[in-house]
Amino acid sequence: MIDLLLILVVLTNLKLLGASRLGASIRTVAAQGVVLGLLPLVTHPHPLSIRILELAAGSVIIKGFLIPGLLFRAVREVDVSREIEPLVGYITSLLFGLAALGLSVWFGAKLPLPMGALSSWLVPVSFFCIISGFFLIVARKRAVTQVLGFLVLENGIYTFGVGAMQEVSPLVEAGVLLDVLVAVFIMGIIIFHISREFEHIETDRLSTLKD
Amino acid sequence: MSVATFIVPLVGWLLAPLLPGVINRVKAKFAGRRGQPLFQLYFDLWKLLRKGAVYSHTVSWIFWTAPSAGCAAILTASLLMPLGGTPALLALPGDIILFAGLLGLARFFTVLAALDTGSSFEGMGSSREVFIAALAEPALLLSLAAIARKITQYSLSEILPALSLWDWLQSTPALALATAALFIVLLAENCRIPVDDPTTHLELTMIHEAMVLDHGGPDLAFILYSASLKLWLMGSLLASLLVPVHAGHWALDLAIAIVGVFGVGVIVGVVESCLARLRMPIILQLLVGASTMAAVALILLLR
Repeated sequence: MIDLLLILVVLTNLKLLGASRLGASIRTVAAQGVVLGLLPLVTHPHPLSIRILELAAGSVIIKGFLIPGLLFRAVREVDVSREIEPLVGYITSLLFGLAALGLSVWFGAKLPLPMGALSSWLVPVSFFCIISGFFLIVARKRAVTQVLGFLVLENGIYTFGVGAMQEVSPLVEAGVLLDVLVAVFIMGIIIFHISREFEHIETDRLSTLKD
Repeated sequence: MSVATFIVPLVGWLLAPLLPGVINRVKAKFAGRRGQPLFQLYFDLWKLLRKGAVYSHTVSWIFWTAPSAGCAAILTASLLMPLGGTPALLALPGDIILFAGLLGLARFFTVLAALDTGSSFEGMGSSREVFIAALAEPALLLSLAAIARKITQYSLSEILPALSLWDWLQSTPALALATAALFIVLLAENCRIPVDDPTTHLELTMIHEAMVLDHGGPDLAFILYSASLKLWLMGSLLASLLVPVHAGHWALDLAIAIVGVFGVGVIVGVVESCLARLRMPIILQLLVGASTMAAVALILLLR
């Protein structure tokens, strides 16, 4: 069951690397958030406690609905076109994703957790999330897709947390989620301002604004 | 070597032209038409075999050898494919690569004959066919490699009959990914709708059909027959994956597998009725996606 959820996370990451539509990308990240929110329910060591239920519900709501909802709102308000316009093409991104997956599986085998992980997939999947998150931040032009990359990166840290601690420490998780939420807000505000001033939100064109 | 090993290829050779009929019937039902007879391809083949062939003055011996050579390659490939737990007539370690190679050889002959005519449409068709095949081949080989890794055998006759429901329970995601990749390969290799439209009559949009425009008579019969046999082979590969039941008696298993192959045909018909043909750049994404799925399946099973 854990493996199944983790493999779903891998597939959503690959979909994200190959997707060409902004809406589809945001929905994929939302699906990934829901899957990861369900993860504590299957990894908890003892009988289901209220705290774990709360944690799962909170993660599902924030990762699966709140943040994607905010992103959809940002996209609607600044009225960007639905294409992603990548710096690195979709096919190349997919092949990079495959290479990254192979690398993280190899890496995961080299780095066993001292207390032993619940599933042999936890470490590779979290590495894969982190690598593809970084890749999405670097390889996509739009500010919105860079936020998506940031979310995937956070999901990787979250996966590692679930695996390493057997249960997520709510404080750590709340801190990370708060960071992301603030980042999404700031991005939303920045995107709004950029689009009001310049009629586009391509970050690489901002560097041509030198005096 | 029992009687069963001889019956498996015979069943394929006899029933293969029925498979396109089943697909056409499903498509007709979806469109609310009555559709052509189920045995239409048999009638067509019989009609074509009685005709004489007409050859252009500009073509060389390649043009008139290619259809029979392609058909021979597919017939040889059909000797490698087991069905319903019965091993194939011909089995050797590593014949998964030989199988892919024989399919490639048949395509090579078709493309060569098309280029031999010097027609611009056929040149365009062969260019597209090779483009699609080059992208579909990694997906085919990677998914076969993933399944071979699961069973740790390297011959189709040992892999496919050994597959059981237990394997599916053990590694559902990997096998599901490999099966999905193989299904996309089936659609691409047999010029089915999301990739190519088998019923199109406009030369500019044809892919496979454009390559065989100049063939007629028995040559066209060979081409149509090997296309249907190729569909049958890919279908029986998928059926062995999707219906890995072992009822006990080989005849019963064979009957279940044949029903499975026609079931795959029905799925193809449904997919063709529900989808429109994709643009060329999207086909590229679809096929690379299939290769990615197959590679992920292989990575999942390699650990």
